[in-house]
Amino acid sequence: MLPKLNDLPVYDTVGVNERVARFGTRSIKSSSKVEGLKLAISMIDLTTLEGKDTKGKVQQLCYKAMHAHDSFQDVPKVAAICVYPAFVGIAKKALEGSGIHVASVATAFPSGQSSIDVKLIDVKSAVDQGADEVDMVLSRGEFLSGNYQFVFDEIATIKEACGNAHLKVILETGELDTLDNVRKASEIAMYAGANFIKTSTGKIQPAATLQVVYVMLDAIKDFYIKTGKMIGMKPAGGISNSKLALQYLVMLNEVLGEKWMNKDFFRFGASSLLNDILMQLVKTKTGMYQSSYYFSKD
Amino acid sequence: MQKKEDKNIFKASWKYSEAKESTDHIQIQKKYELYIDGKYTKPIKNQYFDTVNPSNNKKIASIAEATAEDVDVAVKAARKAFNGWSSLPGKERGKYIFRIARLIQERAREFAVIESLNGGKPIRESRDIDIPLAANHFFYYAGWADKLEYAFPNRKPKPLGVVGQIIPWNFPLLMAAWKLAPALATGNTIVLKPAETTPLTALKLAEIIHDSGLPKGVVNILTGAGETGACIVNHSDVDKIAFTGSTAVGKFISKAIAGTKKKATLELGGKGANIIFEDAAIDQAVEGIVNAIFFNQGHVCCAGSRLFVQESVADLVIKKLKNRMATLIVGDPLDKNTDIGAINSKKQLSTIENYIKIGLNEGCEIYQSECNLPKEGNWCAPTLFLNVSQSHRIVQEEIFGPVLTVQTFRTISEVIEKANNTPYGLSAGVWTQNGAKIFHLTQKLEAGVIWANTFNKFDAASPFGGYKESGYGREGGMQGLNPYIKFE
Repeated sequence: MLPKLNDLPVYDTVGVNERVARFGTRSIKSSSKVEGLKLAISMIDLTTLEGKDTKGKVQQLCYKAMHAHDSFQDVPKVAAICVYPAFVGIAKKALEGSGIHVASVATAFPSGQSSIDVKLIDVKSAVDQGADEVDMVLSRGEFLSGNYQFVFDEIATIKEACGNAHLKVILETGELDTLDNVRKASEIAMYAGANFIKTSTGKIQPAATLQVVYVMLDAIKDFYIKTGKMIGMKPAGGISNSKLALQYLVMLNEVLGEKWMNKDFFRFGASSLLNDILMQLVKTKTGMYQSSYYFSKD
Repeated sequence: MQKKEDKNIFKASWKYSEAKESTDHIQIQKKYELYIDGKYTKPIKNQYFDTVNPSNNKKIASIAEATAEDVDVAVKAARKAFNGWSSLPGKERGKYIFRIARLIQERAREFAVIESLNGGKPIRESRDIDIPLAANHFFYYAGWADKLEYAFPNRKPKPLGVVGQIIPWNFPLLMAAWKLAPALATGNTIVLKPAETTPLTALKLAEIIHDSGLPKGVVNILTGAGETGACIVNHSDVDKIAFTGSTAVGKFISKAIAGTKKKATLELGGKGANIIFEDAAIDQAVEGIVNAIFFNQGHVCCAGSRLFVQESVADLVIKKLKNRMATLIVGDPLDKNTDIGAINSKKQLSTIENYIKIGLNEGCEIYQSECNLPKEGNWCAPTLFLNVSQSHRIVQEEIFGPVLTVQTFRTISEVIEKANNTPYGLSAGVWTQNGAKIFHLTQKLEAGVIWANTFNKFDAASPFGGYKESGYGREGGMQGLNPYIKFE
């Protein structure tokens, strides 16, 4: 049932900015840094969502997902590969036996401006090919016009169509404009059955920001207190370096704590982040930064 | 004694490795002399005292103790320098002050480390708040030096003469800046006494003042304890006393200078009310509570040490506050990840512990966050006293430590009455998303500084000072010039 939305907590932008800046002052060094970097790799949804994607491109990316940097020991596998529905079957086959999930965007990604029937076909196509996770987009137009019941019902319907696949709901926070809206959208998505809430498609700027993710983590926290259900969080878009990834992990650590510090409840939607983390990781062993030529670009 | 709390379900698991700020680059002498008339001078009675690192109580250096004789020499030097300094064009005075500001910026890292080493505050605060604000203050008043005619049009502002300045141990360098900058800009000469427990950054500032080429005798820095301060207050040739510290000492100063020509500005204690309404952004308000009371271990005169929460959201706020407190890192002030450092001195620690004992004896419900306090040094876990009332002593008296009393209220008029029901009147905080409510409260609250939806924010351009027993006179802003001038 659609939750009550008129007594949700409100957010003060200045206060949120300040709080978020504090996470940035945490100094992550030596063993805690290595731990954080490895954790971050294990949480990556390695993503390619381009019009020019091909079978070959997806297969290469899948190999990268399983063999991020074989010359360096103990590099964990990424959590998932994230592709368009057209490539789910290919990715599934390429990743067979690796334990790496296949996530697929669906529901007329990225705009979501389509009928529910089309969206359901989109989801069904992904799930039928074996997608473990479905990343749907929230209907921002309906949300902004105040049609919350529509948004809620749509998510619930999609959730049902997902079957056993996990559902991530992309709020596209860059189009929601205010933190209060982000909170409201998070609330609707969680009550409608989302397993994860996700910031962005990566197609709209701004994509993930620390501020927005902070508000979403706060929503997840309150939801857990109320219902006992743990919802996952996925910031996506614009997270391309280790430092920023570590800041997100610091925030996760201090807001939601240890139960959320794993790939089942936190993901990074990113493409170039992996190589930057690898570079940092190698540096912790060798003491110097290697040239980016040493890290494979698939 | 401590009530067992329901387990924190959001416990952080990722422990951050030590991230200690390096101390290799700082130089501290074994022994520091008095800075009088542009020279480092041995104290006449040759007495010295130790200054220690409050995080382990190990000695850092020997510090000269100034007696009445030294004070007399310093006041004479300041008097001698007064004519030259006050007759310099404002623009020239401004140049020296700008130079001091820039030198502080250049040596900011060194100052930050020494401030944390000597005072126990976390390096995050000394690096990001204390030192930048101190430089900012000098920059700000450097700008006023040649614009006094515009600040006081047609009134011919003149300096007062020799000013005695006595500063506290909670923000050693910043308070020195608050006092020195406006006094220099207006053309006064100064005898400054840093606090007994935290003299090092003021002595480092003496180095900068020396390097800036400021004419000798304009700023004299005398170290010592309360007796040294009393000698400055009682010296017959001092024209003004500027003091920041306890209300008890403030009253002593008022008595001592009664009937003399001396003027005074006093910035004294406080017991600030931090008021959370049900329509506040609760999560940010919780952050504001933390900022209000645990900033600088609660050693802040304008700390929000009395929390008032509207009853309808009290449970939620307390729960969130406890969760937040669990993530505060208490420990080595020099670790960049430390949120709460060491209590400034053994003496202050025993004051705080005594108040905690009083609270317990009064039957108050205590909550302390779980944290591993270091064995050596002076430490106090962040503490809440819940469900207290106006009649509890811990609500009435200034504790000056990381101890927060929590009261609930029901209506606006009730909270205004309670917030004002204190002899102090330095600061207050109001948390609500309703703008009209903010303006209503800011008019009714008796406090020199009222923050809305934030707390403990400072700026050189903004005047700061108290109502009632929190003192008089303003520091900062154009208003901060007033206490250092007279009109022809």
